[in-house]
Amino acid sequence: MITIYIDNQPHQIREGQNLLAACLSLGFDLPYFCWHPAMHSVGACRQCAVKQFKDENDQRGKIVMACMTPATEGVRISIDDPEARAFRSTVIEWLMVNHPHDCPVCDEGGECHLQDMTVMTGHNYRRFRFKKRTHVNQNLGPFVNHEMNRCIQCYRCVRFYRDYAGGLDFNVFGAHDSVYFGRQTSGILEGEFSGNLVEVCPTGVFTDKTFKKHYTRKWDLATAPSVCIHCSVGCNIIIGARYGRIRRVLNRFNSQINGYFICDRGRYGYEHILSEKRLHGSRIRENGGHKELRTNEEILRHLTPLIDGKRFIGVGSPRATLESNFALQTLVGTENFFHGVPDRDHALVERVISITKMDPTLTPSLDQVKNCDAILILGEDISETAPMLALAVRRAVMDEPRRHLAPKYQLPLWQDQALQEVTQNKPGPLFLATIGKTRLDNLATHRLSAHPEELSHFGFALAHAIDPAAPDAGETSAEMESCVKSIKEALLAARNPLLISGTGLGHAALIEAAANIARALRHQGKNAYLDFVLPHCNSMGLGLLGGRPLSHALEMVSQVDGIIILENEISRSFSSSRTNQFLGAAKTIINLDIMQTPTSDIATLSIPVASYAESEGTLVNQEGRAQRFYRVVPENPNLRESWSWLVEMMALIKNQPERLGKTPHEITTKLAQVNPIFAPLLSLVSWGSETQKIPRESHRASGRTAMTADISVHEPKPADDPGSPLAFSMEGCHGDVPGNLLPRYWSPGWNSVQSLAKFQDEVGGPLRQENPGRRLFESTGNPIKNYFAVSEKIKKNNHGRWQVVPLYHVFGSDELSAAGAAISERIPDPYIAISAKDAAQLNLLENSRIRLIADREQFERPVKIISSLPAGLVGVPMGLPGMPYVEPGTIVDLIAIPDHRDNEK
Amino acid sequence: MAAVITKPLTQHIRPDREPLDIKAYEYAGGYQAARKALAMSPLDVQKVVGDSGLRGRGGAGFPTGMKWSFVPMGPDAPRPKFLLANADEMEPGTFKDRLLLEGVPHLLIEGMLISAYAIQAEIAYVFLRREYYQSARVLLRAIAEAEQANYLGKNILGTPFSLELRLHQSAGRYICGEETGLINSLSGRRSTPRAKPPFPQFVGLLGKPTIVNNVESLCCIPGIMQYGPEWFKSLGLTKDAGTKLYGISGRALRTGLWELPMGTPLREILEDHAGGMQPGYTLRGLLPGGASTDFMLPEHLDTPMDFDAVQEAGSRLGTGTMILLDDHTCPVGFVHNLIQFFARESCGWCTPCREGLPWVEKILQAIETGCGESADLTVLEDHCRLLGPGYTYCPLAPGAMEPLQSALKYFKQDFVRHIEEKKCPWSQA
Ligand SMILES: Cc1cc2nc3c(=O)[nH]c(=O)nc-3n(C[C@H](O)[C@H](O)[C@H](O)COP(=O)(O)O)c2cc1C
Ligand code: SF4
Ligand code: SF4
Ligand code: SF4
Ligand code: FES
Repeated sequence: MITIYIDNQPHQIREGQNLLAACLSLGFDLPYFCWHPAMHSVGACRQCAVKQFKDENDQRGKIVMACMTPATEGVRISIDDPEARAFRSTVIEWLMVNHPHDCPVCDEGGECHLQDMTVMTGHNYRRFRFKKRTHVNQNLGPFVNHEMNRCIQCYRCVRFYRDYAGGLDFNVFGAHDSVYFGRQTSGILEGEFSGNLVEVCPTGVFTDKTFKKHYTRKWDLATAPSVCIHCSVGCNIIIGARYGRIRRVLNRFNSQINGYFICDRGRYGYEHILSEKRLHGSRIRENGGHKELRTNEEILRHLTPLIDGKRFIGVGSPRATLESNFALQTLVGTENFFHGVPDRDHALVERVISITKMDPTLTPSLDQVKNCDAILILGEDISETAPMLALAVRRAVMDEPRRHLAPKYQLPLWQDQALQEVTQNKPGPLFLATIGKTRLDNLATHRLSAHPEELSHFGFALAHAIDPAAPDAGETSAEMESCVKSIKEALLAARNPLLISGTGLGHAALIEAAANIARALRHQGKNAYLDFVLPHCNSMGLGLLGGRPLSHALEMVSQVDGIIILENEISRSFSSSRTNQFLGAAKTIINLDIMQTPTSDIATLSIPVASYAESEGTLVNQEGRAQRFYRVVPENPNLRESWSWLVEMMALIKNQPERLGKTPHEITTKLAQVNPIFAPLLSLVSWGSETQKIPRESHRASGRTAMTADISVHEPKPADDPGSPLAFSMEGCHGDVPGNLLPRYWSPGWNSVQSLAKFQDEVGGPLRQENPGRRLFESTGNPIKNYFAVSEKIKKNNHGRWQVVPLYHVFGSDELSAAGAAISERIPDPYIAISAKDAAQLNLLENSRIRLIADREQFERPVKIISSLPAGLVGVPMGLPGMPYVEPGTIVDLIAIPDHRDNEK
Repeated sequence: MAAVITKPLTQHIRPDREPLDIKAYEYAGGYQAARKALAMSPLDVQKVVGDSGLRGRGGAGFPTGMKWSFVPMGPDAPRPKFLLANADEMEPGTFKDRLLLEGVPHLLIEGMLISAYAIQAEIAYVFLRREYYQSARVLLRAIAEAEQANYLGKNILGTPFSLELRLHQSAGRYICGEETGLINSLSGRRSTPRAKPPFPQFVGLLGKPTIVNNVESLCCIPGIMQYGPEWFKSLGLTKDAGTKLYGISGRALRTGLWELPMGTPLREILEDHAGGMQPGYTLRGLLPGGASTDFMLPEHLDTPMDFDAVQEAGSRLGTGTMILLDDHTCPVGFVHNLIQFFARESCGWCTPCREGLPWVEKILQAIETGCGESADLTVLEDHCRLLGPGYTYCPLAPGAMEPLQSALKYFKQDFVRHIEEKKCPWSQA
C-alpha cells in the first residue's frame, strides 16, 4: 500500500494503478470517457484532468490526465482545483459542440454516461453558436443501432471491437472533427461480441436494437440478476422487464466469469421468450384432436387420470434448472430418470465430471483463463460453442507478451497504447488442434487440422512427450512429431499452461487425451489448467444429478405408461427414426416446455412453463460452478416453473404425496440435503431476511400507482416471491447487498452502467460481497497420478465413405437463442460441409445439393465447401434449425444430386 | 581548410538546383565524413555530435547528441534499430528541407549514414511529404547511386556496418510530421501521436529503438564529422552552434531562403537578405519559425535568431522560416487562414484539439465576415489557455494557438474593430 494525497488528504491505495482508477476506487467522482476498467488508459478524451503538484510547497501545479498518470507514493493531486474543474467542464462543452440535443428521444437517455458526466462537471450553458456536423448512420444488422451524430469520439468502441475482441469489420475513419466509427460500408456487424458496444459506448451511438422494439427507460425497468442459459460458460446477466414483458439483457459483472462483457448469443438470446414459438396455453390430445386447457384446475383434472397409479419414465434436460430436473428425478425415481441428451454427450459429460471431481484444482475460472500463458485447444471450436471462453483465450494470448514485457520497459499494465507498441500486438503462445478453421486462427502460433482420431492421437503423444509415464500413443507422423515437440516446449516454458477441450466433437478420446496432457504438465510441476466446454448451460448440473442414457429409455418406453419430458426436444438427441420410434411407442407423453417443438406438438398433454427470465433456479456451469438466477417478473399462474408442475404431480399420485417444497428455495434446500454433492448450494440460497428484500424496481420507477388504474384505482399489492431475496417492489434494501444479488447498477450521479465501479472496492476488481457462484467440487488434496490409456487407434480409411463431424454456430446451434428474432437473422442456412478435395472428387460446387445417407437418417442439403476441412470428413451443423441429429463419428455415404432446380420450375 | 567552410549545408547547391551526382559530390569532398565516421566507434561519433551543440532543426531544438544517447547500444540492444529522416515539412510557410532534398540529396544520405552508424541502426527511412515529387525523384536516384557505390547496403565500405535506406512518401497529413504520428503512419496505422513514455528511442517503429531527425539536422552531421565540433560551434554567432536555413515569405522585397550563421539578427535577415519590405508595405509582425509560432513585432527586429533569444522574445525559433504580416493584410484573416489549416489537420484523437480548433476557426471566420460578437473574444482566449501544452495529447493544438494568442496580445484592437464595425476593415466591400 502507498499513500497519495488528494486535495491535501492522505489516502492509502494499492500500488500500480493510475490516478483515475485510484480516485474512482476511493469513491471520488472524477469524470472520464476513454478509459475503461477492462481496456484501460489511452488519454484521448482529456476528461479526467486533475492538477498535480510536485510537493506540498508547489502552488502552481500542472494539469495532467489522471488516467495516464501513475499513482506513485506521495503523489499530490487536486481534483477540486479551479483550473482542473474549468478544464473538465470545457471538455464537456467541446463534446457538446456537436452532440445533438436529443436526449428525450435517445435510447441512452437516463442511463447515459455523457449525461452523467455533463452534470458532474457543471457545464450547462451553450456558447457554441454554429452548425453542428452530422453523419450518415449505418444499418449494422439486427443487434445494434447506429446513431453517429451522438458520437463523442472517445474511441472506446473501436478499442473494444478491434483491440479487445479482435473484430475486423469495424473501424474508425476520417480525421479532425469528422471521425467516424462504423463499418467500411453499411452491413451486418459480424463479430459475436458486437452487442457490448451498447454498454461500452458512453453515449447513444450504439444502442440495443431489440430493446428499441419495446423500449423503456432504465428507471422503469424491473430488473433481476440472472445467468445466461445459452452455453456452458454461465455468464452473468441482468434481465429487464416492464409490464411483465422481457425487454433486454445487459451484462452483469462477475469477476470470476464474464467480467464486463457477454456475447451476442447471451445478450440477444432472450428474444426466444417473445417468439411466436413460445407456448402459452396447455392443451391435451383428445379424440384425435386438441383441447385447450384454460385453468390450472382444468389441467390438474386431466393430469390426475393420466398419472395416478401409472408408471412413468422421465426425460430430464440440460437446459432446465437443477430444481426442475431434481423434481422430475424424484417424481419418476432415479432408475426411471433419463438424460435428454444424445448418449454420446451423456457419456462425455460423465467423463468430464469424473475428471473434474478427481482434481478440481485443474479447472480454471474464466478469469484464470485470462491469466494463462500458453494455451492448447484440442478439438473444440470454442468461438462457436463457448464465445466468452474464446474471448478470455484471446485476452490471455494477447496479454501474455504484455505481462512479461511491461516490467522490462517499466510500463504499467494499464498503459494500453504503449503496451500495444511494445508488444506490436504479437500474440503469445496459442496452439490449435481442431478439425478445421476457427475464428481464433489468426492468433495461433501453430494450428493443426486433422481428423478427430488424429487429434486425440496427437494429444496422447503430447502427454507422453511431456511425461514419459503417460502412455505412449504409438507411431506418429513426422509432421505431428515436430508439432508435439514444439508444443511441448511451449507448454513447459509456461507457468500456467491451459488445455481446452470439450464435448463438441463427440469424441471421448479427445477428453482423455486433454486430461493426460494436463496431468502430465502437473507432474512436471506446472500449474496447468484443464477446461472442458459442455453442450448446454446445465449439462454439468444434470450430469451431477445422475440418470440414465436416453437410449435406455427407448428400451423401456413400451413397458411403462408414459413419458414426462422436461424442457427437451427429443429430435435434438435422436435421429428422426429413433425419435419417431421413441415417441411413437409412448402411451402418454406429458411435455413441459417453453417453446413449441415437434415433441410438444405430438404430446398427449403439453404444458407451457416459465422461461429463465420468469423463474428462479440453479445452473451449474462447465467448471462446476453453481449459480443462482432470479425471476424478473412475478409468477404467471399460466406459466409456472417446471418443478412446480412436477411437485404438483407428485401430490396427485396417491402413493407419492410428499411435496418437495413450494418455492425454489425449498426445492434447492431439499436437493442440498438429499444429495451431498449439492450441499454447498445452501450457502447460495441463504438470505437473511424476509422483510428486507432487494427491490427489483428502481426507486425512480414511475407509474406504480397508475399502471393498472384502468382496472382499479387501488394500488395492487406487490406480487409475492417467497424465499427469494428479491421483491417485486420499489422499496427495500437499496444499499449494500451481496454483489451477486444486485439487480442493477445505479448510484447517485451515476445512471449508466459505469456506476458498476461504485459497487467494487477497487475498480475492475470483484464486487463487494461478490459471491461469484459456488464451485461444487472440493479439492481432495491428492492430485491424480494415473493416466487414461490410449483408447483409439487411428482409423485410416473409410473406403469411399465419410465420417460425420459436428460443426457449430454461435447463432443457430443453441436451441433457444435460435428462436429469437434478431439472432434468427444471423443463422446460416442448413448445409452439409465437405472438403475441397472431396468436392472435386464428387464433382460438386458450392451450393449444389448433396444427400447424406446414414443408418437411421438421410437427408439432402446444399453443399458448403470448407477448404480447411480434412478430406474424408463430412461436417454437419449441429442443432441448426432444419438439421436433423446425426451422431458424430457415424460413417455415412454421400451422393451428389443432379441439379433439377431449373426443371422443377 | 575548415575555416573557409561557412555554408556546410548549401555549399554544393548549384544555382540551377541541379543536384550533384555521386561523382561530383565525392569530388567536392562528399562522403569523406562518412569514411571518417565509419573508422570511429559509434559512441565516439555520438560524442562528436553531442559536443558540437547541434540542436534539432525540426522545430523543437532538442539537442541531437542527447537524443541519440538514449538509444540502447551494445549486443543486447533490440534489433533492428531505425533511423527516420523527417522530410514531411508540412508546416505552413516552411520550405527549407525541400531545398536540401532537391539540391544536395547526397548530403542527407551521408548524414543519415553517419547517424545510423552512430546509433547502429540497420534500417533507415526518408519520410517524405507527399507533394515533394521532385525531391522523391532526386532522392531515389541518389539512393541508387549510393547503393551502387556501397555507401548503403551490406558491409558499407568494407566495414561490418550495413544500412538499408528506403524512401516512404507520406499520405499527406500535417500530423504525419510529428515524430510518433510519423512512426504510426510508417507502420501503416492511423497517424495519431503516441503518448510518451515510452520514447521512440526505446519503443519506436515496429516496437524497436528509433530516432527521428529533421532533414536539416541530418544534413548538419557530415560537416560536424569532417571539421569537428569546435568548427561547428564557431559557425554560430551566439552560443547556439552551426548554420541555419532562414526563410522569409510574405511581402518582403526578395522572399527566399538563406544559410546563415545561427543567431543572425532578424533585422539582418529581413533587411540585408530579403531586401526589406516591398515598397508601400509596412511590417506589423512576423511568425519567426512557421505557422505554429508566436508573433514577433518590429520591436523585436534586433533579436538574434537562435533558440534561446527567440524564446526570450516570446516566441519560438521553430523551423526558422518566417511569415511576414504587413499592414495591408488583415491579422484576423491571417490567423484564420492558419487556424483553418490546423483545424483540418487535427488528427481527431483528443477532444480539445478536435472540437476546439474548428470552433476557433468558425469564430474567426465569423469575426472576419462581420458576424463576430464581443463574447467571441472570451471564447478565443479560453481556447488559447485550454489548448495549451499538457491539456492536449500532442503539441499540434498548442502550436496552433501560438499565432492566435500572440495576435490577441498584439493586435487585439483589430479584432475589436471587426466586431464593432461588423466588417473586416481590410476588405474592399
Ligand atoms: C504537428 C507537428 C508536426 C511536425 N512536423 C514536422 C515536420 O514536418 N518535419 C520535422 O522535421 N519535424 C516536424 N515536427 C517535429 C517532430 O515531431 C520532431 O520533433 C522532429 O522531427 C525531430 O527532429 P529534430 O530533433 O532533428 O529536430 C512536427 C511536430 C509536430 C507536433
Ligand atoms: S461511437 Fe460511442 S464508443 Fe465509439 S467513439 Fe463514439 S461515443 Fe465513443
Ligand atoms: S458465452 Fe455462453 S454463457 Fe456467456 S453470454 Fe455467451 S452464450 Fe451466454
Ligand atoms: S492535439 Fe490531439 S487531436 Fe490534435 S493532433 Fe494532437 S493528438 Fe491529434
Ligand atoms: S479518461 Fe483520461 S483522458 Fe480519457
